[in-house]
Amino acid sequence: MPTLTRWYIKTSLAWFVAALSLGVVSYLLPASIPSSALQPVYLHMLVVGWITQLIFGVVYWMFPKASLERPRGSSTLAAATFILLNIGLAARAVGEPMTALGPAPIGRSLILVSAGLQWLAGLGFVANTWPRVISPSPHSTEERRTRFGAPRRRAQG
Amino acid sequence: MPRLTRWGIRAALIHLMLGFSLGGLILCSKATPACPDVWPLLPLHRELLMLGWTAQLALAVAYWILPRFPGGSRGREVPAWGALMLLNLGVWLAGAAPALAAPRQVIVVGRTLESLAALAFALHAWPRIRRFGM
Repeated sequence: MPTLTRWYIKTSLAWFVAALSLGVVSYLLPASIPSSALQPVYLHMLVVGWITQLIFGVVYWMFPKASLERPRGSSTLAAATFILLNIGLAARAVGEPMTALGPAPIGRSLILVSAGLQWLAGLGFVANTWPRVISPSPHSTEERRTRFGAPRRRAQG
Repeated sequence: MPRLTRWGIRAALIHLMLGFSLGGLILCSKATPACPDVWPLLPLHRELLMLGWTAQLALAVAYWILPRFPGGSRGREVPAWGALMLLNLGVWLAGAAPALAAPRQVIVVGRTLESLAALAFALHAWPRIRRFGM
């Protein structure tokens, strides 16, 4: 299991625990606090932080190799996707309740940052995964080797 | 990775990007009126991500990795292809109908297609759920 996949899976578990804990907390808060303060965050911690992130990590690990030189595509892009997704979701988890509870310019800024970062994370994941949706065969190895612009090896001997 | 899996995963990735884009716009509209009002597209956002992305990816990968029959066959392909087609059609009908102010029956048809997709995939996968090598 690659290091980045371990990060993805462990972080997804942390979001899972956090989401379910938030589900408990949301019922302990005073009734005066609107459900819009926590409900969307709770749902997105589950479906983005837990489920989608788990899928991202397992896909990075188990999908067919893209090329001999870069079997999992761009590791930089995959790491950036991980960072963007989690910072984006964390910004939402802070910004959305702030905005729901009152006029908070910082909260609105965090929401905007969150929207942009999570969108970029989705784009990064799709860009890195798309070339790996292939049927591996010995005949297509050379073709795949050039997909990411990797230099071709010179023949030995 | 068989052809059906490649088609299903690519469709799932497209749905993921569309769903994330709508979600980003909806989130943006919570923060500033400068973003377009896309709240009527919230049902489409949900359908795209819950079924178009997550469920479709699961079905496509299941078709790939579930145990095969002796000789390497994956069994009847028609129900599996039917499941993917019904799911995609259902997602768009059920998801887009509220935004287009379409009659309620359109949503019912969309949801019915999604249910039939689940049934079709279950029919395909059921015999493959067994021990490897049997």
